[in-house]
Amino acid sequence: MRRDWIYACLLLSPAMVILVGFTHIPAIETIINSFFSTGRGRRVPEFIGTDNYATLLADPVFIKALKNNLIYAAVTIPASIILALMMAVFVNEKLRGRALLRMAFFTPTVLPLIAVANIWMFFYTPGFGLIDQIRGLFDLPAQNWVGQTDTVLYTMIAVATWKEAGFFMIFYLAALQTIPMPLREAAALEGASRWYFFRRVTLPLIMPTTLFVSVNAVINSVRLIDHIFVMTEGGPNNASKLLLFYVYEVAFQYWDTAYAATLTVVILGILCALAIAQFFFLDRRVHYK
Amino acid sequence: MPDFALKGRSIRLQSLRKSWEDAVALHDINLTIPAGSFTALLGPSGCGKSTLLRLISGLETPTEGDVFVDGDKVTSQPPSARDLAMVFQSYALFPHLSVAENIIFGLRTRRTPKAERLEKLDQVAGLLELSHLLTRKPGELSGGQQQRVALGRAIIAQRSICLMDEPLSNLDAKLRQDMRTELRELQAKLGFTMVYVTHDQAEAMTMADQVVLMNQGHIEQVAAPRDLYARPATPFAGQFIGTPPMNVFDPMDVQEFPVFAPYCTGSHLLGLRPEDIHISETGPISGHIETVEFFGADLLVTCRIGKAALRIRCAGQAQYIPNTSVSLGFDLKDLSVFGTTPTAETPPQHPKAGNAPCVFNLAKA
Repeated sequence: MRRDWIYACLLLSPAMVILVGFTHIPAIETIINSFFSTGRGRRVPEFIGTDNYATLLADPVFIKALKNNLIYAAVTIPASIILALMMAVFVNEKLRGRALLRMAFFTPTVLPLIAVANIWMFFYTPGFGLIDQIRGLFDLPAQNWVGQTDTVLYTMIAVATWKEAGFFMIFYLAALQTIPMPLREAAALEGASRWYFFRRVTLPLIMPTTLFVSVNAVINSVRLIDHIFVMTEGGPNNASKLLLFYVYEVAFQYWDTAYAATLTVVILGILCALAIAQFFFLDRRVHYK
Repeated sequence: MPDFALKGRSIRLQSLRKSWEDAVALHDINLTIPAGSFTALLGPSGCGKSTLLRLISGLETPTEGDVFVDGDKVTSQPPSARDLAMVFQSYALFPHLSVAENIIFGLRTRRTPKAERLEKLDQVAGLLELSHLLTRKPGELSGGQQQRVALGRAIIAQRSICLMDEPLSNLDAKLRQDMRTELRELQAKLGFTMVYVTHDQAEAMTMADQVVLMNQGHIEQVAAPRDLYARPATPFAGQFIGTPPMNVFDPMDVQEFPVFAPYCTGSHLLGLRPEDIHISETGPISGHIETVEFFGADLLVTCRIGKAALRIRCAGQAQYIPNTSVSLGFDLKDLSVFGTTPTAETPPQHPKAGNAPCVFNLAKA
């Protein structure tokens, strides 16, 4: 009995060391750091209780970043999921050049986000960019999409949606292909239209995929910010600042590591709450085979 | 359930052909399925029986030819316009819907009023003994119960034709036997036209009014089960129906026996069912026992006669020893004669066949 325990611990330890060392200890340390002040030079960090959290609530940039991130998530998540589902349904049909289409839809996923950002910079460039060239055909004036506070966030949303939809499409495509053909035929015999079948059979049957994809989409809406670095750096006037980008700024540009830890804890808290809520809310409506 | 009874409709297939690129699945099928009949499409796997069913249903369109329902051409009509229901081999139940929702799926698509829906559901559930399972999901049911749900979905719409594609093949042997009787009774009670695809000759023979025997995309024979067994039209029909299969042999291999002499034309094959050959001391054919297999009620004796090997079914109690000689006899009316070339379609009459009772009728005395 004892020997079994030792044996089990020995087998588990390599994975455990890596997991604890690189995930659990840093996470706990982050939480601890958020209750201390940032040490500078000879000043050692001191315990300051919830002061950092109080600062955070009064920080207008944080509030702005939080709002931006909420809009960013509220648009990116549904847009990328719906787009992914539409593309998957489309390339699931028997049509000519299907493989090529699937590849085309999937390409943005393969590209690094930095490369994607560069492509989109070309689209958005005022005057010369693809969008303005098309607008030019209709005699519309040039627009600096990325340079205006009221449009910049949406340009970032478009990039993220474009990047993510192809990835989610793969999951939907796999799910669609597990729907047995006889179900379609049985519905066809009953005179069900394609839309009716999609609504009453396909959608419920791919709910497990939708749950998985939506949890991923929520996480990505916080995590995927590479294009902000390349395209806007959070500007102009914080209009495209997202939470994670703000954490980066606070930690590695202002070197206020304790405050950055506080921000990180808050983001983690929000993400955890969302993921749990999703599982509880959606799980009841998901049919697993 | 008298208010569920309905009038079946007839189906006629005219010069139906189906091919995919150069693979031909069905060649020139002509068939009439009478209204209210139980017709089984029987054949080995790959013979085209399921394809034929799908052409009738409209899930596939024929390459050539037409499908008529009660004289109306429906070839270009979608499945839902053909007044038919179908039970799939996999049952095709919607796994996320309850039994009740599965059964009324079709009524819902056609926006049948709720009161009518519930009333019909009640009747069908009662008929199929599903009333206590209505809130379950298909995954929580046994194979036999799932089969009933699929059946319920097919009959609730009161379509005049019901197509079934090997509906019992996923059930265990005992349940299959029960369902056979039940399906037949249901069909007789409700009166719809049943087209039933199966590769199991026992299903076809026990249930059907008319068996359509298919092989390699052709119809081999259309006949009532008894006629199909007694009078197979082709060697394939003889050998596919019956366990053990009919002995089919070339008369040239047994030409030393005068009884086979009239058929030694080189263009005929002969068929004899194992139970129609009798071991008898006065039999005109002498043979040599090769193997003896014991099956309980039956004893299967393989005899070498001339260059042919014939299987003979005897009573299980009989004792025969391999490598001994025996004399065999049979009743001439039980002999099937098959033409192997189109010119030899009419089998030659045995000179003594007209004399009844037959001279070779030995063992039945």
